[in-house]
Amino acid sequence: MSDTLIRLAGVEKSFVKGKEKISIFEHLDMTIPRGDFVAIMGPSGSGKTTLLNLLGGIDSPTAGEIQFAGERIDSHSERQLSKWRSDHVGFIFQFYNLMPMLNAAQNVELPLLLKPLSASQRKNNVAAALEVVSLSDRAKHFPREMSGGQQQRVAIARAIVSDPQMLLCDEPTGDLDRTVADEILGVLQLLNRELGKTIVMVTHDPAAARYAKRTLHLDKGKFVEREELAA
Amino acid sequence: MSDFKLVWKNLMRRKLRTFLMLFAILIAFMIFGVLAALEQAFDSNASSSGDRLMIVNKINFTQPLPISYVQRVRALEGVKQVAHMNWFGGYYQEPRNQITTFAVDPGSYIDVYQSEFEVPDAGRRVFLSEKTSVIVGKTAADKWGWKVGDHIPLNSNIFSQKNGARVWDVTVAAIVTPKKETADANFIALRYDYFDETRSFGKDQIGWMALTTTSAAYNDRLVKQIDEMFANSPYETSTDTEKAFSKAFVAQLGNIALMVGLVVGAAFITILMIVGNTMAMAVRERTREIGVLKTLGFPGPRILKMVLGESLLLAVLGGVTGMLIAAAATTALRGAVGNFVGGLAITPVIMVMGAVMMLLLGLITGLMPAMSAMRLPIVQALGRS
Ligand SMILES: Nc1ncnc2c1ncn2[C@@H]1O[C@H](COP(=O)(O)OP(=O)(O)O)[C@@H](O)[C@H]1O
Ligand SMILES: [Mg+2]
Repeated sequence: MSDTLIRLAGVEKSFVKGKEKISIFEHLDMTIPRGDFVAIMGPSGSGKTTLLNLLGGIDSPTAGEIQFAGERIDSHSERQLSKWRSDHVGFIFQFYNLMPMLNAAQNVELPLLLKPLSASQRKNNVAAALEVVSLSDRAKHFPREMSGGQQQRVAIARAIVSDPQMLLCDEPTGDLDRTVADEILGVLQLLNRELGKTIVMVTHDPAAARYAKRTLHLDKGKFVEREELAA
Repeated sequence: MSDFKLVWKNLMRRKLRTFLMLFAILIAFMIFGVLAALEQAFDSNASSSGDRLMIVNKINFTQPLPISYVQRVRALEGVKQVAHMNWFGGYYQEPRNQITTFAVDPGSYIDVYQSEFEVPDAGRRVFLSEKTSVIVGKTAADKWGWKVGDHIPLNSNIFSQKNGARVWDVTVAAIVTPKKETADANFIALRYDYFDETRSFGKDQIGWMALTTTSAAYNDRLVKQIDEMFANSPYETSTDTEKAFSKAFVAQLGNIALMVGLVVGAAFITILMIVGNTMAMAVRERTREIGVLKTLGFPGPRILKMVLGESLLLAVLGGVTGMLIAAAATTALRGAVGNFVGGLAITPVIMVMGAVMMLLLGLITGLMPAMSAMRLPIVQALGRS
């Protein structure tokens, strides 16, 4: 079963800096089937974060089409994109990006404030999400009271609490040591295998990429074959 | 959790900073409340006077006038009634229990001031016929538990009797309620004839006159005519509308009010800048978090509301506390300045003005940061890490 979740067709992304036009992608095509776990690797500045932003609808392409489950999102308004993100996408960042004044449970609850749920339903969902990342016992802890690995687990719980189909991770283990990174990657793998989440993960780390089903290499705004890159 | 709780947590994340801003806002609203109460009281004292004219000694209003002037003024064309009054410096039992007390001619007093309060018929008859009777304002009567017919030992901090006593024995003829809510009802009017024949000095002198005219059209002419009539006499007069007189009467306080007004203005401009700047700073510090909230799907307008909610909450918390302190302060001040400024209180009008100012403060200080937070592109907010 390989029905397509995401399709990029002829995506161009460029910035205008002064009089100069800086092109990050000139013509990018890409297909990600439902249930995939893709690692995206590439040198710094190759456009990995920009690609993730486009996939997640927090940035829009200069030209080209982005489809999600057959629906074009590149023509969505900002308001529609907000709603779309809260329904379909979970984000996981390198530096966790938790709210310092909220405890773990409250951080995880944030996306649910956008949903028509009762307080008790929200509580149940938060508990379930914390359970998935094995952090039930830290629900009342604040970010500053937790290790990096624990904070990233909270961030993962926040990303999955409203049950999105797709998770976008930008160097999720870039700030963690090997052991903790492996735990986090294990959680992502579990989410992919057991809960069927489609995951796109940007990483520098070949060891991290091995947790994915496949790896794409980005260089100067293009996908390249591994051999080509090595040469 | 709710949006309100989020707003609250944002506000409380830097407690010292929030506390300092609350304190600044509180001070500004406290000054505003007290000043507005004073002005309101001056104004209602001044505007309650209708078309009455006041005649005082030209030197200043504490200097006396001869009683003979009353008949001469009464004889002028357009004059309806002339009341005369003498400041008595009244207090009850102890000097700090001050009561605004005048010695008046009962008939003309009631005629001239009937628009201010109603005197019950029975009480009026007693006041007109019994030399030692007095009219008492409701505030004073309630405070000391006086009833019609009660004997009161009324002290003066200015006058004494010929027999050396500083106490006049008076009887309550009527208790009156001012028609205007903000008017001063902590007063006693005793009869001039009783006062004048018993006092040890100042006989046949009065403090000032208040007159009504048959038509307001006479007012301007009378103002000039009266002062001309008494020009070059030992007691020159200064005549004006009671409105103007009241304003002059509180001129010293009025100057202070002007200064305090400037201070309030300065205070508000200052807190506007302090709070505005601090809100802008607080939001700028949270740029990344705002980017995260947007990434999670919080729409721009909702973020705008949360930032505005925060600045409004701050303004309302500080403002309400300041107004409560102002209310307590005016209550405390009432005793001290009641003789000059009746009805000192945080009235509903002042509360509404305060509420409007809180809203404005909250909106103005929050609007710019809220707008920029709403418009902030997510990619830019998240930065590049
Ligand atoms: N808003 C922007 N304006 C101009 N250039 C940008 C902007 N965002 C990204 N870039 C540039 O685009 C390129 C790709 O950036 P990015 O996607 O962050 O790369 P990566 O995540 O692979 O390191 C970089 O050269 C970066 O400087
Ligand atoms: Mg990057």
